[in-house]
Amino acid sequence: MKPCTSHDGRRGFLKKSASIAALYFTPTSLVKAFAVDRVIPLPIAKAKLAITINGKLMNLEIDARTTILNLLREDLTYTGTKKGCEMGQCGACMIHVNGKRVKSCIQLALNNQNNKITTIEGLSEGEKLHPMQAAFLKNDAFQCGYCTSGQIMSAVACVREGNAKTRKSIQTYMDTNICRCGAYQNIVDAIEEVAKSGVKI
Amino acid sequence: MKSINNTILLEDERVDGAEKVNGKAKYTAEHKLPNMAYAVFVTSTIAKGSIKNLDITKAIAMPGILDIIYYANCPAVPGYNPIAAERPKNVSEWRGFKVLYDNKVRFFGQPIALIVADSFENANAAIRFVKAEYEVEKFETNFDKARLDPKNLKAPINYKRGTEKKFKEQAFFVEGEYNIPIEVHNAMELFATIAYWEGEDKLTLYDKTQGPKSTQSTMARTFGLVDKNVRVIAENVGGGFGSGLRSWPHVPAACIAAKKINRPVKLVLTRPQMFSLVGYRPQSWQKLGIGADAAGNFIGISHEAISNTSRYEDFREGIVEASKFLYACENVDTKYSLLPLDLSTPIWMRGPGEATGCFALESAIDELSYKLKMDPIQLRIKNFTAVNPENKLPFSDINIKDCYAYGMEKIGWKNRPTVPGSLKENGMLIGYGMSVGVFGAGKGTASVRIVLSNDGKLLLECAVSDMGPGTMTSMSIIAADAMQMPIQKIKFKLGDSDLPPGPSQGGSGTTSTVGSAVDLACRTLQQKLKEMAIQLAPAFAGITADAMEVKNEMVISKTDANTKIDISALLKLANQEKIDLTIASNGKTAAQLKFTSNSFSSHYVKLAVNPKDGSIKILEVVTTGDAGKIISPKTARSQMIGGVVGGIGMALTEKLEFDHASGQITNASFGAYHVPLHSQTPKTDVWFVNKPDVNMNEIGAKGIGEIALIGFAAAVTNAVYNATGKRVRDLPITPEKLGYKTAKA
Repeated sequence: MKPCTSHDGRRGFLKKSASIAALYFTPTSLVKAFAVDRVIPLPIAKAKLAITINGKLMNLEIDARTTILNLLREDLTYTGTKKGCEMGQCGACMIHVNGKRVKSCIQLALNNQNNKITTIEGLSEGEKLHPMQAAFLKNDAFQCGYCTSGQIMSAVACVREGNAKTRKSIQTYMDTNICRCGAYQNIVDAIEEVAKSGVKI
Repeated sequence: MKSINNTILLEDERVDGAEKVNGKAKYTAEHKLPNMAYAVFVTSTIAKGSIKNLDITKAIAMPGILDIIYYANCPAVPGYNPIAAERPKNVSEWRGFKVLYDNKVRFFGQPIALIVADSFENANAAIRFVKAEYEVEKFETNFDKARLDPKNLKAPINYKRGTEKKFKEQAFFVEGEYNIPIEVHNAMELFATIAYWEGEDKLTLYDKTQGPKSTQSTMARTFGLVDKNVRVIAENVGGGFGSGLRSWPHVPAACIAAKKINRPVKLVLTRPQMFSLVGYRPQSWQKLGIGADAAGNFIGISHEAISNTSRYEDFREGIVEASKFLYACENVDTKYSLLPLDLSTPIWMRGPGEATGCFALESAIDELSYKLKMDPIQLRIKNFTAVNPENKLPFSDINIKDCYAYGMEKIGWKNRPTVPGSLKENGMLIGYGMSVGVFGAGKGTASVRIVLSNDGKLLLECAVSDMGPGTMTSMSIIAADAMQMPIQKIKFKLGDSDLPPGPSQGGSGTTSTVGSAVDLACRTLQQKLKEMAIQLAPAFAGITADAMEVKNEMVISKTDANTKIDISALLKLANQEKIDLTIASNGKTAAQLKFTSNSFSSHYVKLAVNPKDGSIKILEVVTTGDAGKIISPKTARSQMIGGVVGGIGMALTEKLEFDHASGQITNASFGAYHVPLHSQTPKTDVWFVNKPDVNMNEIGAKGIGEIALIGFAAAVTNAVYNATGKRVRDLPITPEKLGYKTAKA
């Protein structure tokens, strides 16, 4: 799926991403109880998936309905990627797919055949933090820490894609990522600092 | 970090920060237990009535479904029994609605069945195949309509000092009605519970809660277990804002399912369920009148409020409290009623009732200032009081005037136009506004275990949780300060009910309560070390404990710095590997109770209103806190900024919407319920008085979580009035409320 670009106003994007989400699966509580006579097809199918996660190639057999987010969190225990809404509206689940940022909650895992996935765990090298992680820590760019993985994955993409030239452009690009604790100011400070440092990320 | 007192702190980063930026910090739903099953709720599609029949036959036959639990097959829960005489002694009746217990529907979206499956996908897929037939009853979800009929209201709680409605007799008075819609906490982490019965009467829960001890005792009393057989783990909590201050129905639901299928069960709410199953700030209507003499002295304040609750529980908060004591005023009367609606039960949301009440109070004072032709800050200074007029006790400390001085200077208050709508910059209408916030500062009981090992490491433990303010960090700082040792050697463990009892994290009380206990534990440990030195180290013979100090991991004589002993050497002399103490700290002392304690804040906003379309852009914010000593300047600043962001949501974007024909929430998602985003948040300057409140507690620190938000919405509406001459009393402020037509979608 095409990542959200800075030209795409957030509210517009939300509408769009919500409808895309609906194609993949219907969020639990939006479903009204209604009578169904026949189930077509039987809602379970196993499928094979070759995927590289943080540099590690994996050959998996998975439930065809699994999102890449649930595959990461539930089956492979990459719990650094967070579930915030399952509708592509909050950005907590942001990962990099072949270098582009993607909301993993609205992507079926099967759409990622042979793709290279990077999660928050794949950014740091062992105990050494990635420069963006270090900048988030230094600038206290989080409180509860739950949206942080997604903010950092977006932040790295923001700098890489050249959208970190001004505070305003950072803010617009980062509007895909909600922080309910309200750490926005410090997040932008962290991104600006990394962008200005010129360090290659 | 610069030293706090004499403490050597090399870093000022959160002590648990690295794990939060590298993705290793585990939140509730991220724990995986062997053989764990997944549960999801089926929720009602009516607002009120009863279920005539629930057909689970198709759903239960689907792949991977382990069980579908609902009123007809739910195991007996001791705490569900409404007959007190039949309940065992250690069982209390479950407060709130009893999930999976009966066929009644009390609100739209109420859980009516729990599907348990071997995978999340299988559980989810079965939801739509559960078929409910309902007997629908008449319901009411419309607050604005229902509040107009007094018969719908519960008996009010009244307060009066002096003469009622005295404000109306004054030369200058204002009276207005204020409306605030339902707002929803919506912490980023979804509520989740993993329940695991380790034995017939032994329960372990991973639970998103602001109070591990409170969840422990609630679940013990619901299932008839002894407290020590219920363990609640909440090591990392992804935001709460009040919503985690009680156990909601999904917690017993997970326990019931785990018991019934005899496997660990994980239940994670969906984002839409976060709008209806875990509380919200209740909708409110307020009428506030305030009158002053010609000199600006407040003579009378009348504050009336109604807020909604559910049909099955009463929820009250401090909406009218600040009006009673924040300013000097002889005649004050308040009246507060509840309006039950067919909705789920509300709960405290950041800055709870005070945020609602201060919106009205601080708006009214601003309005009155224009009538008096007085500067609104001067008007507040004129009515300043150092003694709480409600309980007649002196404030333990109050430095709000220092906040005014800083805020005025920093925001550029001198540029504020005295005539509304008269200042333009770049074609935009510019306005300045300010407001004050206040919240009670408490100190409760807490216990802390302190363990000093012979390698110099200090471990502290308390069963409090940390939903984001940085409790682990501030407690480590308090310990480092008290022990005069590097913070890197200190570990503060929290988030587990097995640890010594601590309070729920709420009401801005954690730093004061747990911090005082940490301080006491450190001082007790130091006393112990001094006594050991006197007993065991010959160099200290004849020296009294008072003449000694503990710092830099040594016991030292105050008079002769050469008389000293390393703590590790001292432990060796004592033939001990560690000192292990558990210390209980009580609430306020008799001396502390001679005062009344509050934290105060003031907020300053500069904003621009586009005259073409009424859109509002907040340009600059200054926020100030008077909350005693600031323990952790970095995290405290973040917390204040977070309060401003929450306040922007309250002022400009947040409103839960209903279709009152069906009783359904219509914007239960982040796409439709608008919380503030990166681009909506201005540069915010934070300042603290940072003066220890020595009359309040031993550490001189008060809470800031609530005051960060309380009052902020009024600073925005006051600035909008200053910019446009339009007084908005209904939140959130939208262009329509400024007289602009809504843009067509």
